[in-house]
Amino acid sequence: MSTLSFEPIDVAALGRAVIGPERGGVVSFVGLVRNHHEGREVVELEYSAYGPMAERTIAAITDEVQQRWPVRVAVAHRLGRLAIGEAAVAVVVAGGHRGEAFEGCRYAIEEVKRRVPIWKREKYADGSEAWVDPTAAGGIRPTGPEARG
Amino acid sequence: MDSVNVLLFARYADLLGASRVEVPGTAAGNLGQVVAYLRALPGGRAIPERPFVAVNMEHASLDYQPKAGDEIAVLPPMAGG
Repeated sequence: MSTLSFEPIDVAALGRAVIGPERGGVVSFVGLVRNHHEGREVVELEYSAYGPMAERTIAAITDEVQQRWPVRVAVAHRLGRLAIGEAAVAVVVAGGHRGEAFEGCRYAIEEVKRRVPIWKREKYADGSEAWVDPTAAGGIRPTGPEARG
Repeated sequence: MDSVNVLLFARYADLLGASRVEVPGTAAGNLGQVVAYLRALPGGRAIPERPFVAVNMEHASLDYQPKAGDEIAVLPPMAGG
């Protein structure tokens, strides 16, 4: 189960999709929108995606986890404008025991962050905005015409 | 070869002021040439020389030669989660 959605993430529904009578360990990771980034006060985020590739990549990551560990995996990522404290991403993994559930969950969230074509634009308390870029010094890049070389 | 359409997202779409750019066939012999064409457009200089390029939603190397019907996308560094 993998979803991109403009609606709030229903973590309980992800859990219901992966639990089963033989799976005694469930691990969830939920990433929430934070009110600060690199010392700046964040007031809002906007996520956008290359939708079809993002869906396909999340499905591939889910398959990898389910092949590597005896678990079931559900991933959801939010798109659009999010307020501070809203869930941006959730990974829920259920396995026979806690070991494979923790390991599979960690792998899934790291790969989602590294490989899924989703982008984040931050809006700050001073009214300015920037694109988050993990490869940039300071972690952000400017937006708009002032960024043009 | 005919022109190719290139999809742009997030900051790169912002830089070029478009989410889709048509690149003439003469500038689309391989993906490296496609990137060079985009970088020569107004605002394009801030796109790196070796960005992540996807063809049909899979990572592709810059020496890949586009074929008719390929879906080409130039992607800024991923920032989900």
